[in-house]
Amino acid sequence: MSRALIIAEHLNGRLNSATARCVSCATAFNAASIDVLVLSDAPQAVAEQAAKLSGVAKVICVQNAANGHAIAQVLAPQIADIAKAYTHVFGPSTTFGKDLMPCIAALLGVAQVSDLMSVESSHSFKRPIYAGNAIITVNAPADRTVVATVRTASWPAAGMDGSAAIETASVSAELPTHTRFVSLQQGKSDRPDLQSASKVVSGGRALGSAENFAVVYSLADKLGAAVGASRAAVDAGYVPNELQVGQTGKIISPDLYIAAGISGAIQHLTGIKDAGTIVAINKDSEAPIFEVADFGLVGDLFQILPELEKAL
Amino acid sequence: MKILVGYKRVVDYNVRIQVKPDGSGVITDGVKLSANPFDDIALEEALRLRDKGLATEVVVVTMGSADSQAHIRNGLAMGANRAIHVVTDAAIQPLTAARAFLKLIEKEQPGLVLMGKQAIDDDASQTGQMLATLWGRPQATFASAIAIEGGTARVTREVDAGLETLDVDLPAVISVDLRLNEPRFIKLPDIMKAKSKPMETVALADLGIEPADHLSVSLYAPPAKRSKGVMVKDVAELVAALKNKGLVS
Repeated sequence: MSRALIIAEHLNGRLNSATARCVSCATAFNAASIDVLVLSDAPQAVAEQAAKLSGVAKVICVQNAANGHAIAQVLAPQIADIAKAYTHVFGPSTTFGKDLMPCIAALLGVAQVSDLMSVESSHSFKRPIYAGNAIITVNAPADRTVVATVRTASWPAAGMDGSAAIETASVSAELPTHTRFVSLQQGKSDRPDLQSASKVVSGGRALGSAENFAVVYSLADKLGAAVGASRAAVDAGYVPNELQVGQTGKIISPDLYIAAGISGAIQHLTGIKDAGTIVAINKDSEAPIFEVADFGLVGDLFQILPELEKAL
Repeated sequence: MKILVGYKRVVDYNVRIQVKPDGSGVITDGVKLSANPFDDIALEEALRLRDKGLATEVVVVTMGSADSQAHIRNGLAMGANRAIHVVTDAAIQPLTAARAFLKLIEKEQPGLVLMGKQAIDDDASQTGQMLATLWGRPQATFASAIAIEGGTARVTREVDAGLETLDVDLPAVISVDLRLNEPRFIKLPDIMKAKSKPMETVALADLGIEPADHLSVSLYAPPAKRSKGVMVKDVAELVAALKNKGLVS
């Protein structure tokens, strides 16, 4: 019988929706039970949110002042201790999960399956390699714990009609002090979060400057959408790095993705291929983005975006 | 301080990857191989730390088949002092690579280990984190800035929420992201010079580690293709199409 443990991702007392997507993944192979583990200096609020996730049997809290910031080498020994009672340990393939999960796998002496995108059985999964240019079916040994990161764009968020029990656990693992949190510089924005937004408007190199990105923000606000960008736009300094969509940025699956002035490099397309509907606006009719767009419009984005905003 | 740099050879990032028709792998015969782009950034950072006088020696580490030598020479031509080639014909998985790397660390006693945040072939993004764990040392993944002062590295990390800064005690493992630096180009005279730089080879089997290639791959498949949609002629037509799909009201 499979018993799945999901490592909750959270920040400032809020559960990240990536956790709900990991729960969906665990339900896909009919795990006999799914528990969520919250490590924090003050886990209660996050635990209450996790307890509402459909399909979760219980939420386990590990409270420790050292868990105030998600430092992988501090969290991993605590998780490895609790993970011994489970067959599967999942985290999201966000920067949080990518940083943390391999440490747990190393402590357990097992391989990790990265970016799990579909489930064939409890020990067989599909995942992308080569920036999504090939999809492999990976089989993990049945006699070892499966540690995996879950490709969040491939999974819907679990519902919120659960009422799991919340428990407290204490772990005896010795925690290192060799790593110290200094700061987190967050982009301040009232806009939806890029990774979980249902609509995203992205701009590329053709925007030409940080000032010109205003047309993208303006349309996004009209739509209630998050703002994204291509790597070229980020490298050029038009927008902060956390807005990057693509293989090395965020991999997203909004219902609507509008790409303005983005040519569509393979690395960018990797980040959006699970989007529901892709709209491409580009003055180059040969741009590769049109090969994947549901709706393409050739023209000057500086005319089209304001016109679109007005028409909505 | 000595710096070890993970320097993997992968299919060049410009190559369009094709899955073999029988699903047994991807086509790698005759395709261009290059250094993993993230590892190039790691090596560049190590060289800059040495240029600043913060490191005395930069050693590139490659785990791969016997024909990886030209690739390793590139690392030496870029400026590494010497190289260690762990020879293995089979592709190894991250936990095996981390265990092998730890053996080299025990011998070399580096003050810092740098490597790319992921290799662009298997996209696993695991080896650095596993190595730090097995070594019992700090990790700072996805670095976009590294400042070393005394026995500490202050590392800025590209995380989903923005930029996180950590202080890590050295020795440590740092995995690097795209925006850390721009790697230098290799100059012809440096290629000549690299030929006389020391390259140590050791068979993976001789490192005395327990291999941990637990995962097996049963099928390689091309990704599901998005079908090409339609071109609309103007904004009005686009809005009508989006309304029709219920995406805008």
